[in-house]
Amino acid sequence: MTRRAIITGAADTAVGEVPGSTCMGLHAEAASLALADAGLKPSDIDGVLCAYSFTEPHLMLASVFCEYFGIQPAYSAAIHAGGATGCVMAMQAAALVEAGVCRHVLVVAGDNRLSGLSRDKAVAALAEVGHPQFERPFGVTIPALYGLVAQAYMHEYGATPEHLAAMAVNSRTHAARNPKAQMRKPITVADVLASRFISEPLRLLDCCLISDGGAAIVVSAADAARDTAKRPVALLGAGQKNTHEHLVAAPSLTEFGCRDSAAQAFGRAGVTAADIDVAEIYDSFTITLLVELESIGFFQKGEAGPAALAGALDLGGRLPCNTHGGLMSYAHSGAAGGLFHVVEAVRQLRGEAEARQVRDAELAFVHGDGGILSAHCSLVLGRQ
Amino acid sequence: MTDKLLPIPNADTRAFWEGCAQGELRLQRCRACRNAQFPPRALCAACHAPSPVWEKASGRGRIVSHTRVHRPPSPAFKADVPYVVALVTLEEGPRIMVNLRGAAADAPRIGDAVRIGFDPPAGPDNIALPHAVAVAAP
Repeated sequence: MTRRAIITGAADTAVGEVPGSTCMGLHAEAASLALADAGLKPSDIDGVLCAYSFTEPHLMLASVFCEYFGIQPAYSAAIHAGGATGCVMAMQAAALVEAGVCRHVLVVAGDNRLSGLSRDKAVAALAEVGHPQFERPFGVTIPALYGLVAQAYMHEYGATPEHLAAMAVNSRTHAARNPKAQMRKPITVADVLASRFISEPLRLLDCCLISDGGAAIVVSAADAARDTAKRPVALLGAGQKNTHEHLVAAPSLTEFGCRDSAAQAFGRAGVTAADIDVAEIYDSFTITLLVELESIGFFQKGEAGPAALAGALDLGGRLPCNTHGGLMSYAHSGAAGGLFHVVEAVRQLRGEAEARQVRDAELAFVHGDGGILSAHCSLVLGRQ
Repeated sequence: MTDKLLPIPNADTRAFWEGCAQGELRLQRCRACRNAQFPPRALCAACHAPSPVWEKASGRGRIVSHTRVHRPPSPAFKADVPYVVALVTLEEGPRIMVNLRGAAADAPRIGDAVRIGFDPPAGPDNIALPHAVAVAAP
């Protein structure tokens, strides 16, 4: 059997509004931090995976990064899978080291979306995900597309605005324990329900943040991981599923590919959802997290909202989830947003999460989704 | 004010937009498996047979989801806020996205019957965007 890839380094930069930051500067800082975390030198890296950028877009972002950082790895590529990119990069890095192509793969993303773009420009850039002929002419935004999912899901499974709000409150509860988080002031369900509508039924506090920030991990071959600094975290299983890109062409408005991507990851890791100690799940909107918690099988349909209201996603609950504060309260800076979830899972499994530590966390689940619940990637990570 | 971005027809979609300009909603149907599809493509996405044929659709369907947009994607939509975007499943099976107009936009519900209409043609490509209006209960 192939020996599982090991995550040997994980780090992120300051997040939120980072004055003076640039896209490539955030990449380089995150990369340096992750290498230091692993106890490796830049010259140890023989593979690089990058994502995409809004503020410094380029056809070949991995080449741009390697030139900027000053390395010439044997392998490099950029991956575009929207919010799934962080998990997809981790899955691809594991495949590269397990196949013997690379020994140490640096996975890095970052963007200064908050300071480098106006809010209007960020909203407009994101709206370009919609179909140019059959969605965008009708004035859709990303929140509008997720609002359509929310309306359909609430109709079919009885989720309520309070259930959605519970997801945002949970993120903020965790973020309050995380000194790095962009938004730490506690909120209540009533606060979420009193915030203004963005696209019904989604309100401002149902939506993720726009942030500056970068994140990186180092994925190493099992035999190469011996020389690194920290307690190893194995990538035990990964899975993917794409069912559509545009919502107008989605096979269903209430059943998405996260179910199959998670089933693959659990199967490859030889575990089930019930074995997971801590989950870091993509939460671009409250509805995103609610759908994923139920489709993946952590909760039955209609149960995630009531469970979250009762504290199931908090420390000590049935499934501590998004312990760093997630995209709604920690930060969301493009592809780095999904990598923050991976970095947090590694910190939890190493016992480095300080005030937000899940006690004796041995197995973590990480999930990313891109588009409108279009592209999914799931990871199961385990303490070695 | 910035103009709204209008679709630019291509070889896959030209017949659809020509239909809209004539007040006719068109869908593709596969010659091999008879699947009706939208958005238009050069092949059938169900059985992958080439060259599906165009046919006139009923223009009748039901709302399967809706959202009232308060924060527009660009300044071009600011004057319309709030407006309703809906997904409508047509009688023929495919789903399309439209804005709801008139009484249909007041308090839309999933399952409401609607009929597709068209905005006046605009722009260099004579684009008549489809919209949906309420159908009185039978």
